[in-house]
Amino acid sequence: MPWSKIKPIENEPDFCSEKIKDCRRISYHEAVREGVYQALEQDPNVFVMGQGVDDPSGMFGATKNLHQKFGKERVFDTPLAETALTGMAVGAALGGMRPIYFHNRPDFLYLAMDQIVNHASKWYFMFGGKVSVPLVIWTCIGRGWGSAAQHSQALQGLFMHIPGIKLVMPSTCFDAKGLMLSAVKDNNPVIIMDHRFNFKQNGIVPDYMYTVPIGKGIIRKNGRDVTVIAVSHLVTDSFYVAQELMSEKIDVEVIDPRTLRPLDEEIILESVAKTGRVVIVDNGWKTAGVTAEISAMIVEKAFKFLKAPIGRVACPDLPTPAGYTLEDAYYIGKPEIKEAILKVYSYRG
Amino acid sequence: MKISNEKKLELFYEMLRIRRVQERIEALYMNDEMKTPVHLCIGQEAISVGFCSLLQKEDYISSNHRGHGHYLAKGGDLNALIAELHCKTGGCSKGFGGSMHLIDVSVGHLGSSAIVGGGIPIGTGLGLSSKMKGSKNVSMIFFGDGAADEGVLYESLNFAMLKKLPVIYVLENNQWSVCSHVSARKAGENIFHKAPSDLLFSSKIDGNDILSVYEIAKQVVERARNGFGPSFIECETYRILGHAGSLSQDPKGYRDQEEIEQWKKKCPVINFQTILIQDQILTTSILSEMEQRISYEIDVAFSNAKESPLPTKEDLYTYIFCE
Ligand SMILES: Cc1ncc(C[n+]2csc(CCOP(=O)(O)OP(=O)(O)O)c2C)c(N)n1
Repeated sequence: MPWSKIKPIENEPDFCSEKIKDCRRISYHEAVREGVYQALEQDPNVFVMGQGVDDPSGMFGATKNLHQKFGKERVFDTPLAETALTGMAVGAALGGMRPIYFHNRPDFLYLAMDQIVNHASKWYFMFGGKVSVPLVIWTCIGRGWGSAAQHSQALQGLFMHIPGIKLVMPSTCFDAKGLMLSAVKDNNPVIIMDHRFNFKQNGIVPDYMYTVPIGKGIIRKNGRDVTVIAVSHLVTDSFYVAQELMSEKIDVEVIDPRTLRPLDEEIILESVAKTGRVVIVDNGWKTAGVTAEISAMIVEKAFKFLKAPIGRVACPDLPTPAGYTLEDAYYIGKPEIKEAILKVYSYRG
Repeated sequence: MKISNEKKLELFYEMLRIRRVQERIEALYMNDEMKTPVHLCIGQEAISVGFCSLLQKEDYISSNHRGHGHYLAKGGDLNALIAELHCKTGGCSKGFGGSMHLIDVSVGHLGSSAIVGGGIPIGTGLGLSSKMKGSKNVSMIFFGDGAADEGVLYESLNFAMLKKLPVIYVLENNQWSVCSHVSARKAGENIFHKAPSDLLFSSKIDGNDILSVYEIAKQVVERARNGFGPSFIECETYRILGHAGSLSQDPKGYRDQEEIEQWKKKCPVINFQTILIQDQILTTSILSEMEQRISYEIDVAFSNAKESPLPTKEDLYTYIFCE
């Protein structure tokens, strides 16, 4: 698929929050790969599995040639048996290993749902904390080129609903590596929900081992007028819109939660207390999804600060259509984000 | 088994037609007018043609992401296929499905899944519906060696055996699942480990030999139609082109060119053509007439597809719930 034509490769914006400017700039897949590489190097119990992790493209580059360095025992291809293999990853984790299970699309996680939800997410709780399941499941949302209804689903809303799972959505190269390393160290099941659009960016990443804490958001741009909370590649889109709106004297704060569960409520609530106006941006479905949950949390905990109804920008409640004219109508991006910000900004109740 | 010369020509024509359609898609794909991931079935034509040639219009098929051949062999409309690849309203799924989601209800094709293995229980359920309605229709399921990794195959087979369903499981073992060879995913030689023969008829055949396919298909379709239950046929074949898109987009270095060349020698279309010419069943004039007819039909399908309107944003909400 000519993914290159859907989105060109670009440098990430220089977010005000990064204090690592003198490091090298690498591609997103190199950043993920470096995280996995260092985890494999540091802990002999870490291993990598998944369909195609050892193939020439190596999971969009994220696992490329790792089998050559660490051997086929520790980096292995699997049969197409997502249900059983998730169970086996859970078993291996209980047995003391630290699996990282790669899936090239979230759509295939539906097949693994029973093991993820009925088993992995509950084991620690159900047995009174006797054992836990240190398992990382990595997956990457597809978009465009007629990927259609079964190859482009953004399932973070679904997984955000499940207690016992940590849910991570990186948006920068720096975080992709640091959150991967945190996920591997974590003693719980962690799902990393990445996005193919993220793989179109280069960013600044230190070569040493570091972690980005799970459960901590970050302010990508400070502002006083409107708080935008956006996930994954939509952080960058929101950031550009926020920059654009500076010329209209609208000062937007952009928050990247980075983790959806546990959610960094504090960083959001502090910002809402300051701006009183909120837009939430997510590439998943709207109903009962990420935007719904974060809105409810804000209304529950910061109602007195709100000066306008919360704006939500999310994909419509429909399966993804194949056709490109329909995709154009379906997906959200900068124009929708801008419109929502203006609406919330200008609201006078 | 005696197969008439007309039948042989018919089988050849169908294979040639699917081959030429695939080749045309491959040739034009990099023009970026078909904005949907295509999975071509060049090298596997004998399987869909041989098996579908024994089905009635009302019989069901269940197909997968690599489904152009199944669709055409079952009698699916070529114009609607090509329009779907162009994501146009004239497409079989009106531009909502793309290449991996083909359908032609009028010939018993009720839609293909792009989730590997997803069509296996659905095809089994179509067989259940036939049985419950007391109809004589059979259900034929096409799936790959990758799909045979999925546990749902075993669950479906068990149920089909339990209920003696009129279902034919056709495994197209084309050796590869994306860049993963079958030997990286299966222990031993046989994909399916046998069930007692009264419960399940099973066999492994050369899927590139149209006459072997036809012969076994006749047996299993009769068996299913007459209430003797399910069959499982493993067809050995090979995916000549890349996994998806045009060959130029296929990752390099996961398989040897030598392997591809060996399998090209076993080409189901060319080999059958040679036999038919040797046996003086096919003449060069019949062949060129076939080629012309096919080429014309493909030209028409592509030009119709180009003229078919694009769906618009007003169409997006059309299919939420069926009234
Ligand atoms: C459940 C699931 N897992 C993984 C994939 C990704 N995928 C799409 S096609 C394919 C290869 C399937 O191989 P096979 O069933 O042998 O069919 P072939 O492509 O060889 O015709 C894979 C792994 C998928 N679509 N669905």
